[in-house]
This record gives sequence, structure tokens and C-alpha cells, in this order.
Amino acid sequence: MLIQTAVFYFFAGILVLSALAMITVRNPVHAVLFLVLAFFTSAAIWLLLEAEFLGITLVLVYVGAVMVLFLFVVMMLDINLAKMRAGFARHLPVGLVVGAVMAAEMIVILNTPAFDLARPRLKAADYSNTRELGELLFTEYVYPFEIAGVILLVAIVAAITLTLRKRVRTRSQSPARQVNVDRKDRVRLVSMDSE
Amino acid sequence: MTEWWLNFTSPIPPVLLTTAYIFVFMLVIVGCVAYVTLAERKVLGFMQVRIGPNRVGPRGLGQPVADAFKLMFKEMVLPRDADRFLFRLAPLLSMTPALAAWAVIPFSEHLNFTEINAGLLYILAMTSLGVYGVIVAGWASNSKYALLGSLRAAAQIVAYEIAMGFALVGVVMASGSLSLGDIVRAQQGSVLHWYWLPLLPLFLTYLIAGVAETNRAPFDVVEGESEIVAGFHVEYSGMGFAIFFLAEYANIILISALTALLFLGGWLSPLEGLAPMQAFHVPYLGVILGSGAHWFVAKTCFFIFCFLWFRATFPRYRYDQIMRLGWKVLLPVTLIWIFVEGILLYVEFPPWFD
Repeated sequence: MLIQTAVFYFFAGILVLSALAMITVRNPVHAVLFLVLAFFTSAAIWLLLEAEFLGITLVLVYVGAVMVLFLFVVMMLDINLAKMRAGFARHLPVGLVVGAVMAAEMIVILNTPAFDLARPRLKAADYSNTRELGELLFTEYVYPFEIAGVILLVAIVAAITLTLRKRVRTRSQSPARQVNVDRKDRVRLVSMDSE
Repeated sequence: MTEWWLNFTSPIPPVLLTTAYIFVFMLVIVGCVAYVTLAERKVLGFMQVRIGPNRVGPRGLGQPVADAFKLMFKEMVLPRDADRFLFRLAPLLSMTPALAAWAVIPFSEHLNFTEINAGLLYILAMTSLGVYGVIVAGWASNSKYALLGSLRAAAQIVAYEIAMGFALVGVVMASGSLSLGDIVRAQQGSVLHWYWLPLLPLFLTYLIAGVAETNRAPFDVVEGESEIVAGFHVEYSGMGFAIFFLAEYANIILISALTALLFLGGWLSPLEGLAPMQAFHVPYLGVILGSGAHWFVAKTCFFIFCFLWFRATFPRYRYDQIMRLGWKVLLPVTLIWIFVEGILLYVEFPPWFD
């Protein structure tokens, strides 16, 4: 128990520090990397809660895919930092109010009986988080799960439609036509008398 | 593990013992990585009708050691305006995930570090982390070529990870488990029961996506010498370069081991179900013929050889062709085969899914 508590505070400390660093560092690429660190440490905390499926999925989806694309975009942008920081002091009171409201809402919600804030009980040794989640998702919550899938599909179709536009001078190759070329279309052998 | 060894190590606390095992195993892996580089040069040499390295030690066997010493004593140059911390961190970011993934790899029925029930997910998460080393290296070098290389790497790895993930979904559907040990056990029977046959399209997709994920030829546009010098590691020298180099080969070994586990039955013996049962009870010979870690190592070596073979055989893909292959060929192939596999599972198609 002592070791678990120590490990928890270790990861929680890194999580809080990296989250703070993410919103305070000057360089946007550093900010993205701190966010990656924050995701990674929260995955570790989930592992402590014996939610290994969620923890690993967090790393796989957010760290492995989403943040890679984030980094991809941020690296290519030429961000004017001075301009971005100009309104910091002016917007600070608004930000503080929003933050305080969010914190208050979370305190209210987490104190409802739905969230049992007592110390989480250790599960039996044969407890499998993956199996439990799978059984719930494919039995009790199968319709909400499928509806969520369809909503995501709609979002994908919408995003692709937004980027799908024909530009006037775009040139592209047709691989099907490239592989279907015949020798006689390209090469003409001419037999000539030697001189 | 034998009785004798268990008795011998019983006074040592388990934490220390496991740490010692991990340490020894890491050394073995790094040694293998060093000799895969030699194997690559030898194999390429033979395929191109030349000898390859043959000066250091008998038949050039000392070459990796000589290379390691050379790189260790070279100066590590820090480019002007480079991000000092990230520039040094990047090689480690690509090396550690490749080594960390080995934690869940089973070598035989009982020989493994740990068997977690989300092992496959863990592997997928770890292999997807390797791209950070490449991206961070490209950005921190403050060099055009390095940045171009890392942008190519990011797009390529994200594209092929999807096809790879779907190939794994097929394996999980067939075996009904995310644990690597259970996946191998589900393939028990004979060579024809291994998943390479019922999941042939997924097997090929996984192998191709694995070559692309490790940025190896013919998908090595990330470091394409003719276009962007050496890509993301163009500014690295000395040990920084050496670690990138080691990470690439560590990833090759890892992908080969995974292909062997997921599609070729891991530690299972290919003679199982073919040879008569008495053959496995012959002293000494039976142990070699029967299932065990040696079959796993042999299968892994075969796939490592395939990686080198591909490099000697195929010309490099053009960048748009890589994207086309990933999104328009491999992804539809996996989706269709998952659908077909779903039907096969539903009708309990013999002999694999009954």
C-alpha cells in the first residue's frame, strides 16, 4: 500500500507539473511534448487503478496518433509568440472565472453518490479490465456504442468532404493507367540498314 | 526453467532477480542488434556478389565491435540553434519503446517476463511511441532536410499503423484474446492451423506495414539519401547516430518476433501434427523437434532475413505511391478480410474456427 501511494504521488506530481508547463512554456513544440508527458503519466495512474485497457488505449490513441498529428501541424506553423501572449494579462480574469466554475462543477459532480469516492477496492487476481469493458460495451451499452460509432463516421465523412476540392491546376497520376501501359504504346523499333 | 535454477535463485528477492533478468536480456538484445547490422552487410554483400566486411576478426565477425568503438569515440556535434535538450533526448525516445515492448513477448510456454491480458495493445502502444524520436530529432536539429524527413516519417507511420492495427484486429478476432501467450496457444494443431493460412491477407499486410513502420527499404523515404541526404538523423554524429541506428535494428527484430508470434505460431513446432507422437519422446532429439523457444528464435531470424532480402531486392517507392499503397490497398484489404473472417467465425468454418 505504501509503495502504491508513493507511486501515485510520484505520477500525480509529474502530471500536475507537466500540465502547468504545457500552458506556460514559450515554445509551442515544447508545450505539445509536455501534453504528451501529461497523457502518459495519466495513463500510468489509470494502470494503478487496474484499468489497464483504458490506460494503454490512452497511450495508443492520444499519444501514438492524435499528438503525432498535433506535433506535425505545430512544427510546420510559424507562430508569432509575441502576438499570442499580448492579451495574456487582459484575458486572465476571464480565464480564472472559467477555471473556477469548472473546478466547482467537478467538485459538485464528484461528490454525488454516483461517484464512490471511497478508496477504490482491490480487484481479485483474475479480474480483467479488458474483458469487463468488452462485455459491458457489447451487451448493455451496445446501442449507445454503435450510435457513437456512427456519429464518429459522420464526422470523418464531413472532414474528408471539407478537404476534397478539385483545384484547377492540380496534376495527378493514375496508377491504374500507368501499370496498364503496353510496350507497343511507348517503344517503336525501327529496323535500318547499316551504312 | 529447471528446478535446480529455481532452488539456486530462491534466496534472492524477486524484484532484484527480475531486474537482473531484464538487464541480461537487454544486453542480449543489444548484442543481437549489433550482429543484425553485420548480417545485413553480409547478406547484402552475397546478394550483390561481393564479400562484405571481412577484415575485423575471423570472417569479419569483429566488425560490429569495431563499429561501436568507432562511433563511441567520435565527437557528437551539436548544430547551432539546435534545441539542446530535445536534440539529446531524441535518440533515447526512439530506442526505449523498441526495448520496452519486449516485456510482454513470450519465448515459450513458460519463458516470459510477464503475461498481461492486454499484451497486444501494449505492444501496439509501444511501437507507436517510436515515431516521437524521429519527429523530435527532425525538429530539434533545426535543419531543412531533417524536418522534411520527420514530416515524412509522421505521415507514413500514422498511415501504416491503421492497416497494422486492423491486421491485429483480425488476429484478436480469431484467437479471442489480447494476450500474446493465448494467441499462440490458439494456433495449436499443425502448420496449417497457424494464422498465416486463414489470415493470409492480414499476414501479408502486417509484414508490409511492419517494413513501412520501421522505415526500411523499400519504404525508406524517411531517410532517402538521394533526396534528403539522410533524413531525420542528418545532423547526428557519434553516439547519437549510433543509437538511432540501433533503434532501427531493434525495431526490425521486434516486428519479426511479433510476426512470428501472431501468424507463425511463436514457439510451436512446425512438426506438430505431422510427425508421429513418439518422435517427440526420443531423448534429446525430441526436445529439438518439439515446441520451444528455439522455434520462436528460428522464425524470428527468418523474418529478419526477409527484411534484409527486401532491401536487396526492391527499388524505393515514391512518396505518393507509399501513401496510395497504405490507404487505398492495404486498408481496404484488411477491412474486407475482417468482414470475411467475421462470416467464417459465425459459421464456425472448419478446421480453423470450429
